[in-house]
Amino acid sequence: MSKLKESLKSGKFTITSEIGPVKGTNIQKSLDEIEPLRSKVVAFNVTDNQSSVMRIASHAVCTLLHQRGLEPIYQLTCRDRNRLALQADLLGAYVLGLRNVLALTGDHPVLGDHPEAMPVFDFDVITLLQTIKKMMEGKDWAGNSLDGAPNDFFPGAVVAPDSEPQDPQIFKMEKKIEAGAMFFQTQAIFDTGKFESFMNKVHKFNVPVLAGIILLKSPAMAKFMNENVAGVFVPDKLIKELDSVDKKDRPKKSIEIAARLIREVKNLCQGVHIMALGWEKYVPSVLTEAGF
Amino acid sequence: MILSKQKPYEKVLESIGNARNLFIVGCSGCPIGCQSGGEKEVINFKEKLTGEKKNVKGWIMIDFLCNKALVGSRLRRRLNELQGTEKILVFSCGIGVQAVANMVDIPVVPALDTISAGGLQGLWPSTERCQACGDCVLDRTAGICPFTTCAKRLLNGPCGGSHSGKCEVEKDRDCGWYMIFSRAKELGILERLKEPIPPRDHRKRDLPPELRGTTLSALEFSNERRAQ
Repeated sequence: MSKLKESLKSGKFTITSEIGPVKGTNIQKSLDEIEPLRSKVVAFNVTDNQSSVMRIASHAVCTLLHQRGLEPIYQLTCRDRNRLALQADLLGAYVLGLRNVLALTGDHPVLGDHPEAMPVFDFDVITLLQTIKKMMEGKDWAGNSLDGAPNDFFPGAVVAPDSEPQDPQIFKMEKKIEAGAMFFQTQAIFDTGKFESFMNKVHKFNVPVLAGIILLKSPAMAKFMNENVAGVFVPDKLIKELDSVDKKDRPKKSIEIAARLIREVKNLCQGVHIMALGWEKYVPSVLTEAGF
Repeated sequence: MILSKQKPYEKVLESIGNARNLFIVGCSGCPIGCQSGGEKEVINFKEKLTGEKKNVKGWIMIDFLCNKALVGSRLRRRLNELQGTEKILVFSCGIGVQAVANMVDIPVVPALDTISAGGLQGLWPSTERCQACGDCVLDRTAGICPFTTCAKRLLNGPCGGSHSGKCEVEKDRDCGWYMIFSRAKELGILERLKEPIPPRDHRKRDLPPELRGTTLSALEFSNERRAQ
């Protein structure tokens, strides 16, 4: 059984993190980077052509994590594959030992490094989740029987609580739950007051939510994300706070902010999803400072 | 000409649902040419609906529903009948259905599937667009097409990139699903929007062989006339 599922089921505050696959074949560095997190992090997301930038395949890196005894969360977007490829990849992932699948729409190709690419979106994420459910029950989308069903998948999805207005996002979240999503990871949150009101609205769905935490490296990075990353909004107050310290003290400040965010959301949700974006070495300090 | 064909009768009935008081809008443009929704078809449909104990409060034929200003001015003369109308059945391509949906605060039901925009005669659209997917869902999506307004052609709600009603792709582009959600809320049909919409049948985007034949014959016919 999926360790992530087990952890969420036990009611333990669950910590996940992620690894961004490289553009190329030199993956050793990113594998080494997450080693220090082994004892505190339950599972690691592996992104799927994140931000529509072409990189090494998610399922390949997931498999490497799995072989090393780390629990991967296979991110699968609807952007690059039609319904045949999505289902074939899901079956392939299953036989390679992957159990957690995070179903996503995917950013639009124009945001990435191959902007002229065909945006596939043959299935949207609702249909993808329905398909996973159907496959777990032994049928493909078209209704044909599978010779061996991937019945132990643990499907999840994402939601962006900082998006304005919130209601259409919650409407979609509810549809995702109906379609089979069993856990949620959120886009990075920075406004914990807003997150609280979000959690109050979705509490009734009774599905575990892991709040997204990003380590802010610099004011420039925060501004860049505000401009370019879908669903991420860093408030000016935090940018100023980060700007108030010397460059050399930034990691310390970044750790302090991330730990504070985690403490503030700890009693609101079932866990956190930490996106370190290259600063994995600071994650243990973040967790210690947050009380884990 | 924009090619369309009638949706299966049961599908239209399903979209009408429990609504009893109906109004029918027909287009005297392309649907007459492909015999999917001229006056004859509209009257036939009206009689069938009356047989279903539906109250068709009125009907109107308008020249080119894709001309939104014209749609607005013609419907304004029929406000009495539109008062109390629960759903408007529209016989036109997706552009005409969206134009009607934009002019009146009553949910629309497309009676036709748009299958090709070959030729484009009579096309005079405003912001509404139709990709002739051949599987119209405008009854489900508050009269706004998710296929043409959403950059990702999503059928079941906004992606995480939607912010302040704008799309992640271009900052000044409206998010189609924000528009659909807001309009559905205004019209009181959010519950229906929660039902999942199945993915497109991409076979329907291709022109069926019999219609390919029709288009060709039309061209051959005009060439013959020119030769004479």
